[in-house]
Amino acid sequence: MTSRTFELGTDGRPRSEGRCGERTLADLTPSATAQVVSVSVPDSPAVARRLADLGFTPGTEVRMLRRAPLRDPMIYLVKDYEICLRRAQASCVNVVEVDR
Amino acid sequence: MSSACHESGQPAAPLTQLPQVALVGAPNAGKTSVFNALTGMHAKTGNYPGVTVSRFAGTCRVGDRRFAVEDLPGSYGLDPVSLDEQVLVDVLDGNGMRAPDALLIVVDATTLRRSMGFVAQVLARGLPSCVVLTFTDELLRRQGAVDVDALSQALGVPVVAVVGHRGHGIAELREQLLDWSDWPTPVISPPEDPGERDAWVESVLSYAGYGAAQPHGRTRRLDAVLLHPILGTVVFFAVMVLFFQTVFTLAAPLQEGVEAFFGVLSGWVSVHVTNPWLSGLLGDALIGGVGGVLVFLPQIMLLFLLISLLEGVGYMSRAAFLMDRVMGRAGLEGRAFVALLSSFACAIPGIMATRTLPSARDRIATMMAAPLMTCAARLPVYVVLIGLLVDPAATFGPFGLQGLVMFGLYLLGAVSAMLAAWAFKKFGDRRGQPTPFYLEMPPYRLPSPRAVLLAVWGAASSFLRKCSTIIVATTMVLWLLLNLPLHSTEQMQAAGVDTADSAAVSAYVVDHSYAAGVGRLVAPVFDPLGFDWRINVGVLSAQSARETFVATLGQVAAAEDPEDPGDALRGMTYSDGPRAGQPIFTAPTIAALLVYFAFALQCMATVGVIRRETGTWRWPLVAFGYLTVTAWLMAYLARTVTALFVG
Repeated sequence: MTSRTFELGTDGRPRSEGRCGERTLADLTPSATAQVVSVSVPDSPAVARRLADLGFTPGTEVRMLRRAPLRDPMIYLVKDYEICLRRAQASCVNVVEVDR
Repeated sequence: MSSACHESGQPAAPLTQLPQVALVGAPNAGKTSVFNALTGMHAKTGNYPGVTVSRFAGTCRVGDRRFAVEDLPGSYGLDPVSLDEQVLVDVLDGNGMRAPDALLIVVDATTLRRSMGFVAQVLARGLPSCVVLTFTDELLRRQGAVDVDALSQALGVPVVAVVGHRGHGIAELREQLLDWSDWPTPVISPPEDPGERDAWVESVLSYAGYGAAQPHGRTRRLDAVLLHPILGTVVFFAVMVLFFQTVFTLAAPLQEGVEAFFGVLSGWVSVHVTNPWLSGLLGDALIGGVGGVLVFLPQIMLLFLLISLLEGVGYMSRAAFLMDRVMGRAGLEGRAFVALLSSFACAIPGIMATRTLPSARDRIATMMAAPLMTCAARLPVYVVLIGLLVDPAATFGPFGLQGLVMFGLYLLGAVSAMLAAWAFKKFGDRRGQPTPFYLEMPPYRLPSPRAVLLAVWGAASSFLRKCSTIIVATTMVLWLLLNLPLHSTEQMQAAGVDTADSAAVSAYVVDHSYAAGVGRLVAPVFDPLGFDWRINVGVLSAQSARETFVATLGQVAAAEDPEDPGDALRGMTYSDGPRAGQPIFTAPTIAALLVYFAFALQCMATVGVIRRETGTWRWPLVAFGYLTVTAWLMAYLARTVTALFVG
């Protein structure tokens, strides 16, 4: 995995499109496990709340299961069920990787 | 509640006076099967099967009491991100309509840890509620556990475990409904803050002795193949090809049965009805017309059977996952794929399913694309025309050539739909936010036979309704147009017709009918495509509903040679003009016809549903205009290209 630097906008949020934080669900490789730190969706609190309703709440463990043939979307295991997210949404969920 | 309606024979109380019970829950929670189990076959599930987007209402009878039951749109939360979720919230708030008296919160026991957040949000609304736990059998099988009574205590509301498709727990749920007005509400409303809510969920679940289900072994093993980057794609295309091969080959013997039945029926009419006019109207128009369309009932039922099986097994969401990136190319998302896939059955459920799309731009683009997907109504037309074009015995590798041509037409529809969606997305209104995409991957499950049969029955009954109304009316009117004005024997003899030869008489009558006049009137439009006036009449009559084309061709052919309409089509020749005497159904003409039907919007019901869904005449008119023009241009192209190959 290549490391990336982010240019921060005036509001302190990363400026690059679709990237909401340092390390996100979109950066996980298949069968990696991570813990949700925060969900940030600039300009759309309803989408942020929906991601929380889907189970992506701070402290929750998420496991990346697989990618689609064209590498997007991805399937995650969260709160005992499987859900498919596009990179654009997955990159709004900030995580820290945990070793299992 | 009064006990006024307990005597049978009394006029039933109007629906609006009954207690209103609404089902809420996540999209895959099994809401629909609980709804079906409560309301049975008396449910008013709308005209079109395959969607749970629109509001379905029915009544549930428990002893002498009746309840109005409503199946609300599925959602993961009460902060709406789409139109149908807005409907859900509006209903719960009583915003513009009557709020339900009581709620049944349907929850999949295997996703309880996530679903409890939704339960918390719904309970916070303060309506009398009962939690309905589904898939408890699966939870136990996967070594999970939950104590239903303890869960009820912890939540402070009644909890009933049901296995919707088996009917377990439904009796208990009905009993529970009787006490709806006495359902306890939680003493303390669940917390609103997501962090606190997680803590609340964990405490409730631990009190209820909840053990999460183990990962579903079969699902893991199947997904390793079915969602594999290469294998999964291969399997996806194989499933699609097999799907259409099955629809094509398995239906054949059933269709022969239907055909034989109507043959016997029309033979009976011609023997027992002596009045030639009545005999013609009954035999040719009614039995010939309706029979010619009913032949396709087995195919349509088979198509819906396969679609609802794939849906019920859980393969549809896998297909959406595999296809999402491709849909992304057209600016659409996975949910639009599901809408477009439903349009393979019928554009109407497909267009109605666009309600799940949160963005208005996506909705319009999908609606404009949906009529291009090969709907079941095109199937009869394709079957007849492919039958004329391709030898049934011809094969290409292991596959029949007829099936492959059919697959090609489905592919043409799908690719054109994607291009249309892309164009409307690109050049349409550019306002609005990109919307989130998420899709639950349910474990592979055996679909309940009841749900599958209901879907097939829904499709069959709406097709039969269409046959008995629009198609009967169109074929009758057409028969009259084809047989009027009346000609006296002297007139015909004066025109040099041998009045003793019945085939010559009917050829003369059809050739001088009002329908022929109309067909010839539009001839300049369709001449470049190689259509003669009889095909024109068929194309015009198909404008209301595509299947009518088959009935019309049957009538035209039967009118010219009542003995054998099938061969008559093959031997039909141009009756006038520069091409007089040449066969009509040559490869270039059939190709042009097939392509014309692939593109043209020949379905008044679709026009109507686009009008209803968009609330304006603008979009149905745009769809009609662009599809008709494209149809003509593409048909011309198909004719020219085929002529080059055939020589």
